[in-house]
Amino acid sequence: MGAAQQAANGSSRADAGPATSAGSAASGADSPARSQSGRSESARSQSGRSQAGRPQSGESPGVLRSNTVGSDDSVQLLDEHGMLHHDGVFSPYIDKLSPDDLRGFYRDMAFVRRFDTEATALQRQGELALWVPVVGQEAAQIGSGRAMNKADYAFPTYREHGVALTRGLDLADLLKLFRGVSNGGWDPRGTNFHLYTLVLAAQTLHAVGYAMGISRDLAADPATEPAAVVAYFGDGASSEGDVHESMVFASSYDAPVVFFCQNNHWAISVPFEVQSRIPLVNRASGYDIPGIRVDGNDVLAVYAVTQWALEHARNGFGPVLIEASTYRVGAHTTADDPTKYRLNAEEELWKTKDPLQRLETYLRAEKLADDGFFEQLKSDADELAAHVRRATLALDGADIRQKFASVYAQAHPLVAEELAWFENYEASFADAHTQTSETQGGAA
Amino acid sequence: MKTMTMAKAINEGLRATLANDPKSFLMGEDIGALGGVYRVTEGLKKEFGAHRVMDTPLAESGIVGTALGMALRGYRPICEIQFDGFVFPAFNQITTQLAKIHTRSDGQLSAPVVIRIPYGGGIGSIEHHSESPEALFAHTAGLRIITPSNANDAYWMIQQAVQCQDPVIYFEPKRRYWLKGEVDTENSPGDPFKAHVVREGSEATLVVYGPLVPVALAAATAAAEDGHSVEVIDLRSISPIDFDAVEASVNKTGRLVVAHEAPTFGGIGGEIASRISERCFYSLEAPAIRVGGFHMPYPVASVEEHYLPDIDRMLEALDRAFAF
Repeated sequence: MGAAQQAANGSSRADAGPATSAGSAASGADSPARSQSGRSESARSQSGRSQAGRPQSGESPGVLRSNTVGSDDSVQLLDEHGMLHHDGVFSPYIDKLSPDDLRGFYRDMAFVRRFDTEATALQRQGELALWVPVVGQEAAQIGSGRAMNKADYAFPTYREHGVALTRGLDLADLLKLFRGVSNGGWDPRGTNFHLYTLVLAAQTLHAVGYAMGISRDLAADPATEPAAVVAYFGDGASSEGDVHESMVFASSYDAPVVFFCQNNHWAISVPFEVQSRIPLVNRASGYDIPGIRVDGNDVLAVYAVTQWALEHARNGFGPVLIEASTYRVGAHTTADDPTKYRLNAEEELWKTKDPLQRLETYLRAEKLADDGFFEQLKSDADELAAHVRRATLALDGADIRQKFASVYAQAHPLVAEELAWFENYEASFADAHTQTSETQGGAA
Repeated sequence: MKTMTMAKAINEGLRATLANDPKSFLMGEDIGALGGVYRVTEGLKKEFGAHRVMDTPLAESGIVGTALGMALRGYRPICEIQFDGFVFPAFNQITTQLAKIHTRSDGQLSAPVVIRIPYGGGIGSIEHHSESPEALFAHTAGLRIITPSNANDAYWMIQQAVQCQDPVIYFEPKRRYWLKGEVDTENSPGDPFKAHVVREGSEATLVVYGPLVPVALAAATAAAEDGHSVEVIDLRSISPIDFDAVEASVNKTGRLVVAHEAPTFGGIGGEIASRISERCFYSLEAPAIRVGGFHMPYPVASVEEHYLPDIDRMLEALDRAFAF
């Protein structure tokens, strides 16, 4: 359905804000996201939906609709060669960034990559039960994470180590889950970074509910700090029903939530083509929400696009879907072997799009960072890795008594009964242990 | 004291909750303008507005999943699942997410979400409208499950469920929605997780809950006509189960019969029989006997009378217990 047709049909959102009204008035060729970055015109005409809109006072910033088709039709500001391109809608977001900010982006990405290497090594050394590598996706995570305000709330999957860094977590805390000492490991309320969720897509609904709560808070008290929620999920999770239901709820209630899909092209061993025959961003139009496809290996574009989406959500214009096209360079987890299911040539191609390399090229070319910066960074990253290793090795297991204590928030007789049984049972061994050690001591 | 149906009592309990707790709200399918398919939420939208009585998209996982998110933001959602057989699309959210958030966060987060589910048979309905899935949820640590059997409990227990800091599934015996009873709106019946002895007796203990409580009381009356004194316990809470109350009764009577509509295999009755066998082995005059549904999907309405435990099946079980 074209936007004009949609407007004629009386879409409620068409009356609700500039999103559709701007879109219905504009032709695809006016899309600010594409007009200056040389992307495909044909894709636009295929879409049947229009884009447009500029930031207007009191309204949502420039509005995109979800019709991008083809991998060359995504927002990109910093290309594979480290060249910066201008975009009418999104460049202003990065124009505000200071050289320190840009170096900070690089630093965060480098830290996460180094952390990832250390965690993988820890798993191989038997110190972690499992690890979920993130190499290749640093830009998608640091860019989106840095776009959030403190009051915004992130609902991650189980691979958002970079986002965790931007939320101020001690990365070592992430490893409690993978070392088997906690199913969480950090304070979600202190960081506004929710616990990892292993059941795919379940957290997208929690994110929408949380966002609906923000709307309620605002309605009850206009002094509430406006905030938005970012719901992270992957291309594999996009096939789960909960993603659909979360978008239905988000759209129906105009929840201030940004759906941030990291399309890393592989759901363990199953390629993206099996999850979707169209770019995931195209699904946004089915929910009548804006969709933006972004080069997920371009940290600047991801930052800008996420900023735009968060502003849109915080300002009461409802949800946005972002599809960040990226690539999981390593295995899904340390338990699988990508050489069994994908071609080396594909991996090599994506390595040319490396998110760190392109920003390094740019920083050097612009003389924003020199050898000294990168050497210092390497040293700092090694220090972080050493800290993570020390902290992990110091985690000497959980106490099952604490697990008894946290099943329910209120006292529960069955838990109390079983804990009492356990204590008694343990005590019976304590005597035996004492006797054994005494015997051994005597023999020595 | 006021006399009202169970449906009305739940409605009044919800009204009191919405009035007293601004963070509470109702969400579910058709609960607003329609007032719910059983009219349990009738009038509440008009009184409190669409914001507090929220008609949701037709998506059970969505209802429970967003409710959990709302609870994380400090709200107290009360979800309605329209029928027992429709809870399964939300089963994942209830068992892998809602039940576990407190323990996964090492006690930092809690999810005070209430899920109302009209359950059980006997209304002559079609497939998926008459099931008793309580054991599937009782097996999941982290959930609390209660079920009222009378109007007074219905009024109070829904309010207590909302006040609970843990997720609570509130199973409503739908064939008793129109059962009238006295409601004392001033004095609460106390702890919702404790069983009530609803008829005293000395020779056998008959444990039931929800829709079978009136059946058990009638069976006990019939047994008395045969000269047997049967104590009837209304369990009220299925998780936790008040084993102390059952133990005390069985130590007195020496015999235990547990009845529920759900299939006996893997059901709540087996759990009670096993625990009481351990606790009361030397008091028991007979093995614990279960009465329940058969190992089949809930059958078509035209034969459900053979599936549902009735007075005669409870008496048959009591006879077997007395025969030892």
